[in-house]
Amino acid sequence: MQGLAGVAACGTVPAFGASAATRPPYAPRFFNAPQWDFLIAACARLIPADIHGPGALALDVPRFIDMQMQTPYGHGAGWYLAGPFMQGADNLGYQLPYTPRDLYQRGITGMNAHATTRHGRPFAALAPAVQDDLLRAAEQGSLVFDEVPSAVFFEQLLANVMEGAFSDPIHGGNTGLGGWTMLGFPGARADFMDWVDRYGAHYPLGSVSISGERA
Amino acid sequence: MSGDARRLSPVDVVIVGGGWAGSIMAKEMTEAGRSVVMLERGPDRSTAADGAYPASIDELEGNFRYRLFQDLSKNTVTIRNNSQQTALPYRRMAAFLPGEGVGGAGLHWSGVHFRIAPDDLRLRSRVIEKYGRAFIPEGMNLQDYGVTYEELEPFFDKAEKVFGTSGEAYRVNGQVVGRGNVFAPSRSDHFPLPALKDVYTAHIFRKAAEEAGFHPYSLPAANASQQYVNPYGVQMGPCNFCGYCSGYACYMYSKASPNVNILPVLRRHPLFELRSSSHVLKVELDADGRRATGVTYLDADGQECMQPAEIVILAAFQFHNVRLMLLSGIGRPYDPARNEGVVGRNFVYQNVTTSTVWLDRGVETNQFIGAGGGGVAFDDFNSENFDHGPLGFVGGSPVWVNQAGVKPIGAAHVGGPPGTPRWGSAWKAGTIDTYRHSLRIDAHGANMAYRDVYLDLDPTWKDTCGQPLLRMTFDWKDNDIRMNRYVVDRIGDVAKAMDARQVHLVRREFGSPFDTRQYQTTHLGGGAVMGEDPGTSALNRYLQSWDVHNVFVIGANAFPQGTGYNPTGMVAALAYWAAHHIRVTYLAHPGPLAG
Repeated sequence: MQGLAGVAACGTVPAFGASAATRPPYAPRFFNAPQWDFLIAACARLIPADIHGPGALALDVPRFIDMQMQTPYGHGAGWYLAGPFMQGADNLGYQLPYTPRDLYQRGITGMNAHATTRHGRPFAALAPAVQDDLLRAAEQGSLVFDEVPSAVFFEQLLANVMEGAFSDPIHGGNTGLGGWTMLGFPGARADFMDWVDRYGAHYPLGSVSISGERA
Repeated sequence: MSGDARRLSPVDVVIVGGGWAGSIMAKEMTEAGRSVVMLERGPDRSTAADGAYPASIDELEGNFRYRLFQDLSKNTVTIRNNSQQTALPYRRMAAFLPGEGVGGAGLHWSGVHFRIAPDDLRLRSRVIEKYGRAFIPEGMNLQDYGVTYEELEPFFDKAEKVFGTSGEAYRVNGQVVGRGNVFAPSRSDHFPLPALKDVYTAHIFRKAAEEAGFHPYSLPAANASQQYVNPYGVQMGPCNFCGYCSGYACYMYSKASPNVNILPVLRRHPLFELRSSSHVLKVELDADGRRATGVTYLDADGQECMQPAEIVILAAFQFHNVRLMLLSGIGRPYDPARNEGVVGRNFVYQNVTTSTVWLDRGVETNQFIGAGGGGVAFDDFNSENFDHGPLGFVGGSPVWVNQAGVKPIGAAHVGGPPGTPRWGSAWKAGTIDTYRHSLRIDAHGANMAYRDVYLDLDPTWKDTCGQPLLRMTFDWKDNDIRMNRYVVDRIGDVAKAMDARQVHLVRREFGSPFDTRQYQTTHLGGGAVMGEDPGTSALNRYLQSWDVHNVFVIGANAFPQGTGYNPTGMVAALAYWAAHHIRVTYLAHPGPLAG
């Protein structure tokens, strides 16, 4: 039941190093060490910890993404990946032969290659402002990677980061229901019979997860 | 049919697709004493398994991993904006989300359950009467459905009673009875259940629309406002506004679905057999192509089977019906160069844009509360309810707040007000503000049919069975863009009557092509339309193939052009209408019902 109190507490969520010390570190199964470093650094910029609430690292978004790569989704389940492959106008949508796993492998390689060429260090070792510039460049599609347009990789990353911050903790992210509390989403309560006509009023119950965890 | 297909025992009726249309037809045919086999490509699904709380309340699985939706890896469509382009595969779910599995799109739908505006059924005639033939833009294939509201009314009424639809009538048997939609035609009966309560945003919208001089009403919702037992004897529970309708099996048994409202009865019927994981490849025709002999399909083990039947009912999703007709050689394929042929002609969509209003930060809009079919609408600019003469376009839009339950991943994608970055601290602030304090208003417009917007078979890409994908050639046209922009300006009028902190009106832009990457709606229609002229319709007014009389094709494919309303109510009424005529006429006298 932590509406505003929860948000205030989130404002003081410790940075990643301190947070990691309080629980066993997650050992990624899909990402190798340099890729994992990139993912952690990029997540921290996409959803930074600030006065509005916890950041992607406190919410274990990198863990979520690594876990998703083990699922059928990570292997491209539900995507039509039959050839031939040809590019068309952007509005006709995704036309690459790659699964999410492929996109991460190639995208992170591309991002780190850019970072190293321009700044002499991999992405994770750059200052936050420089990281932001690189992410913005990727978002706008102005970086050129070998096989994956930077904007395609960025969209994949951003979509998964949002999923990790705001999906049920059963999937490995949204730790402590911090994403939902920040937003004001009550989670799997899924019964508002008694609040439908409480017009404009703040909903009093805190978030709850599918497994029964409460914020 | 290849030589090694296993030939099965004949049945009276084989139905392709286990959604609303197929379930209604199966119920009607078994009531008529006919044996029915229903073939559903996807897995079997039930509320007890797929809707079990709390596992079903999982936004990632429901709306982002598409648990209940079509597996595009096996079969998809190709899309292009015009016939000069190479159409490319729709490789990832985005603009529209067709269903798969028992219940079809009827399991994952929202529940908005409309009838149709009478003028929309004879739109070509009505436009010519009011504005003259020259008012119809060049290249628009404006047509009549060939059936009137009065003919369909008993079947709308029947469908509402089966669905347990909640709403408030305006006129019953000619008498004004309530605060319903003043533009709606008279009904033979009230809605089976009273309207759902207004959520806060709908309440605000209702007040503001009234102040702006419009005529708001409660959206008709196939989300039960009270406990209900339908005419088939199945029970529904009252909707608790959980917010998990679209993309989910309703754990409360409140949202109507084939799985809740029809199949529990059908599954026990001795004349009915459901075969899931059965993918139909083709309707088989006799030597002269005038009569269907059954269908060939791949069963759950991948074995090719031939199911002989006296009647074949195609009741798959709109574009799968069209594709099966093309793959089977039923009806003449459409040729856009000559505007001749009928299968693939008049492919239409739904012309939706969503505008946002931000209220004071002290006001919580609680957007997580919702019912998929609930909300408040006004029809002042829908159908022929307003004078199009000075406006110079055909078609219209209902306008509504339909707060179906906004969930957090979705909210993160929506983000903040215009100009907010898509990530970082500013994105966080904007997203929280928008989630907590805004409301969304849709212009849910009709999409007209055009000569160069159509469906055919793709020359390049194939499904996992080796059959060509369906190709969509689709773009927005100036008529429809002008309609949208006019109606969105009226949303601006309503927003002025709210205590708005900020308003963001979203209009369709001229020259901005249909974007397959942005979710819009799954309300696809046309492609095998009904009508009274075999030169411009694939189906007669009973949804019977003009060419192969024992093939009936039930779905939104039958719409000659789009309407401002959601399609499911119309599809259900058309299913009951076609079933009625099969039962009273066709079964005793098989042959063409029209022409």
